[in-house]
Amino acid sequence: MGQRETSRRLTHSSAIRVMHWIGVYAMGCMIFSGWEIYNASPSLHFLFPAWTGLGGWLGGALAWHLSAMWLLFADGIAYLVYGFASGHFRRDLKPPRPAELGQDLGAALRFRLKHHMGHYNAVQRVLYAGVIIAVILQVMTGLAIWKPVQLGWLAGLFGGYPIARGIHLAIMFGIVAFVLVHVALVMVHPRTLKSMIVTVPQRSRKADERPA
Amino acid sequence: MSDQRNKPAVSMAEIRPELERLHRRGFLRGALSLGASLGSLTLLTGCDLSTHSGVDGALEAILCFDDRVQAALFSRKRLAKTYPASAITRPFRFNAYYAEWQVRPVPDNWVLSVAGLVADRRPWTLPALMALPQQGQITRHICIEGWSQIGQWSGVPLGAFLRRVGADLSARYVYFKCFDGYSTSIDMASALQPQTILALDFEEKPLAPQWGAPLRLRIPTKLGFKSAKNLEAIEVTNKYPGGYWENRGYDWFAGV
Repeated sequence: MGQRETSRRLTHSSAIRVMHWIGVYAMGCMIFSGWEIYNASPSLHFLFPAWTGLGGWLGGALAWHLSAMWLLFADGIAYLVYGFASGHFRRDLKPPRPAELGQDLGAALRFRLKHHMGHYNAVQRVLYAGVIIAVILQVMTGLAIWKPVQLGWLAGLFGGYPIARGIHLAIMFGIVAFVLVHVALVMVHPRTLKSMIVTVPQRSRKADERPA
Repeated sequence: MSDQRNKPAVSMAEIRPELERLHRRGFLRGALSLGASLGSLTLLTGCDLSTHSGVDGALEAILCFDDRVQAALFSRKRLAKTYPASAITRPFRFNAYYAEWQVRPVPDNWVLSVAGLVADRRPWTLPALMALPQQGQITRHICIEGWSQIGQWSGVPLGAFLRRVGADLSARYVYFKCFDGYSTSIDMASALQPQTILALDFEEKPLAPQWGAPLRLRIPTKLGFKSAKNLEAIEVTNKYPGGYWENRGYDWFAGV
């Protein structure tokens, strides 16, 4: 795709921006109510701080978790349909070549990786694709532990109820780790936050070429 | 069980201040009083969506929707996985809404009362129940808190019992009342699932008091709090009966 064509596009379409923030709300509800549910019977030797929990007690947390799941599910399905239909995945989340990833990862770890508005580098593409896959797996493990008998095949796919529950917890940590890195990088590049809220035309690579 | 946070058994006196605090905050009034407000209903769970507004009302409405989804996902023919004896969890964890030292002894002259939409309301003695055909299972008991354990129970299939007493099998609910102050209710479809049993034995021995003596419900297609212990009465009804935890905000259908 030519540079001239991409430079006329928005950094993020309005559909992406709306789905992003609905996803943030839904995922926030899922994570914080999930911490409250975890605290009812911790499988590891720690508790989440009580003030971080959503719902007030186990019954309330489950009400939030089993409500917000529909919002997350609807938002996720809409995003996947949009991502494939609009070419967003093909265009923006193309898996990088190993050499490209190695180069960008090396630069990122030395804090030398450049950020171009609307153009994802190899590390971004891997992280964004990774968190999409993680959320899909999280919905699947969530369904498996919600319905381990009626959806026994799904629970079986993840090794049965207790193991699926452990995977559900592990993926949560992965998603939270992504959020921490993502938010930290947005703070380094505040313009990216603006572009996820209001209409920001995509700049050409040249104009945006500036060290991070 | 020495670990306070792991102890699910709380008395109502212990949790009442917490419940009242939540009520004051209005944070989850809907969810907390879900069961209590479900009396007059049209849906399977008898959800009355007119009692709350805002966040509470939204959560309540979605939980009602969840219950309908759960009922639709449920198939009477789908069986919970069964395990070999070697998989049985030992020691088996005690769980109730009270601590283990508060377990009630079986009352003298215990009988099981049968009420509601049934042809034969004569009470059942233990020997009469033991004379009915029995069925065993080794299944996973999954607590709403997330933990689970595999146990072995045997007893009278609830479906066979309901047919025996001439219950109206088109009724909506089967309600269980316990002599320890507990209660719960399930939908008729789940009551007729073949693994739903009125258990008399645990690990091939008559139920000990902490495991629900002399008779308990064992239903592996629902969360653990539905497997009511220490039964004293069964009622078949079309009027939403709620239950101990359901009235305090746990999701009513609670299928797994």
